[in-house]
Amino acid sequence: MLFKLAFRNILRNRRRSIMSAGAIAVGAIAMVLFGGFIASIILGVQTDTVRRTGHLAIYRTGFFTFGSGNPAAWGMPGYRDILDLVRRDPVLAPLTAVVTPTVALFGIAGNFSIDASRTFVGSGVVPHDRDIMRRWNPYNLSYNNAAGSGLDDADPIKGVVGSGLARILGFCETLNLGNCPPPQPRETAQTPIAADIAALAASEKSETAAPDTLPHIDLLAATATGAPNVISMVIGNVDRQGVKELDDAFVLMHFDLAQQLLYGRGEKRALAILLQLHATSDLPAARARLTDIIRARNLDLEVRDFTEIVPLYSQIIAMFSAIFTFIAVIMAVIVLFTVGNTMSMSVMERTAEIGTARAIGLRRSGIRRQFLLEAWILGAIGATTGIAAGIALALIVNQAGLIWLPPGQSAPSPLAVIIGNMGQLHLAIWLGLMAATTLAAIIPANRAARLPVVDALRHV
Amino acid sequence: MNRLPDTDTALAVRLDAVEKTYAEDGFSVIALAGITADIPRGRFVMIVGPSGSGKSTLLNLIGCIDRPTKGSIEVAGQRIADLSDDALTDFRARAVGFVFQNFNLFPVLSAYENVEYPLLLLGLTARQRRDRTMAMLDQVGLADQARQRPNQLSGGQKQRVAIARALVKNPSLVLADEPTANLDSTNGAAIIALMRTVQRQHNTSFVFSTHDPQLMSHADETFTLKDGKLVGHHRADPA
Repeated sequence: MLFKLAFRNILRNRRRSIMSAGAIAVGAIAMVLFGGFIASIILGVQTDTVRRTGHLAIYRTGFFTFGSGNPAAWGMPGYRDILDLVRRDPVLAPLTAVVTPTVALFGIAGNFSIDASRTFVGSGVVPHDRDIMRRWNPYNLSYNNAAGSGLDDADPIKGVVGSGLARILGFCETLNLGNCPPPQPRETAQTPIAADIAALAASEKSETAAPDTLPHIDLLAATATGAPNVISMVIGNVDRQGVKELDDAFVLMHFDLAQQLLYGRGEKRALAILLQLHATSDLPAARARLTDIIRARNLDLEVRDFTEIVPLYSQIIAMFSAIFTFIAVIMAVIVLFTVGNTMSMSVMERTAEIGTARAIGLRRSGIRRQFLLEAWILGAIGATTGIAAGIALALIVNQAGLIWLPPGQSAPSPLAVIIGNMGQLHLAIWLGLMAATTLAAIIPANRAARLPVVDALRHV
Repeated sequence: MNRLPDTDTALAVRLDAVEKTYAEDGFSVIALAGITADIPRGRFVMIVGPSGSGKSTLLNLIGCIDRPTKGSIEVAGQRIADLSDDALTDFRARAVGFVFQNFNLFPVLSAYENVEYPLLLLGLTARQRRDRTMAMLDQVGLADQARQRPNQLSGGQKQRVAIARALVKNPSLVLADEPTANLDSTNGAAIIALMRTVQRQHNTSFVFSTHDPQLMSHADETFTLKDGKLVGHHRADPA
């Protein structure tokens, strides 16, 4: 009877109830759509980050904090033993998709045939491993950069450069990059530095022979001992980077070539060992296991995860979480005022009925329960309808083929609103709206419950 | 029908030096001034007097929906002052029925559901509720109108539903505040006759207020109020 009474009272003033439930539904729709959109951004950023850096990286202790100024000096001696140790570990093996060494380096990239040079930031990777990493897509996101890295295990002199660097070094037309500037008049005299580098490059050519017929660049870097070293690298592919500063300096090369540049004829080392897991949820377990292994063998190594390596990831999540919270608070305030107003009007209109029910023998708690139940029914109808409508709208958006450029990415992606596996968020939205509805109804319900019976009965 | 548990007493209501004062705009308004009276059980009692004499205030106090400023009230042997709000509410649910001048039916409930409502508060089973409700509606002549909402009933029918609602729980005491005020004379007389009939059948104490002197002939006892004071008490000769 209590439920029947509540339901009929809601239907009593249909327009007002529809407005209240509608406000709740709009709040639910907004949060379902925006929550799904944020989820797609977060998963997209995570996918992009994990494809580049893996989930975990093993460094020599202190490199992460101090080593970026001279990465060559922080190389891991005996890194192959550590690779074997990690790959054969019975706990880590089933969790990991890729365990691969990498080096990072920087120096000067030049196309000395046109006297063009630019500082570069480079990485040396194992092509096959990198290609596997770039295919990591456990969330089934549609990305167009899941193609190979452009490197080849069998061709160590082939590398990849950012489109900005390729333009700067004069390969715009050669590599068909588009929007190429008109040819600039060449200066005949080389600067003394460029001449030195060109001579050094020429002296090293016998070791890193890149055919002159292919577009290639010369890379100058300091070795671990501080001596300058130069190699030639064929531009096998151009990969546009999402951030211009990176695009103008990006070089990705074969691990062996990078080692040759960084260590010359000395002992070859790796700067980091990257672990890409099958699932991000395994990260804590994998990290704990790695830490145990390092501690048990007393190795001078440390482990960092991708959120530490790429702080932008956490910043993006924090920013979108704050925006979502802001929207949720606004929606909650709207629901509070709408439902609060509806319930207050209802209490005022039904004052005599409240007095009658109290006179007949309904306790104050019964009156309170009556109005809260009405608010809950309104909230449940609004929230359920809103979530269902939000899911339907998300399906429409996902089918509409809308395109946008996500943060930190170089190529447009489909605009997606994730609705699968979002049950927890939808439940949280539903419960949040019910909580807001309850909060809105508490004051009117208490006011109704506290009405003196005689005064309520006198109300016209 | 089974009478609900009640205190064994010969009096339905005992009023002892009852006063009720309202504070209005900083002034005290005396609504009732030292009312002392006993109302025996199973009687059809009228409280009469002009408007503003304190009839409604007295009924509210007897009905346990208001508390006196001074004095004590016993209803069906229960001292009202001893009860908390919840206990007083539960007492009303068990022992007191109300018939209001404006009927005060729940507009979203049918006649049947309005009559069933007090039984829900007593925690009766669905079968008990159905049996009692239909019997009561039949008694007031509205069994055929059970599914009608109040807005589909006439004034007389509404008041019959209200009487059924007041009596369905077999209360010790039924209070009616000017129950015929919103009815024409024919319906008013019919309602009074109905109330008299069911009062006899249920042997319930009926106390109702009126300022219609024509109705006084139906009363077993009549209390007359004026300016908040009891100025007359008339007991009809047993028939």
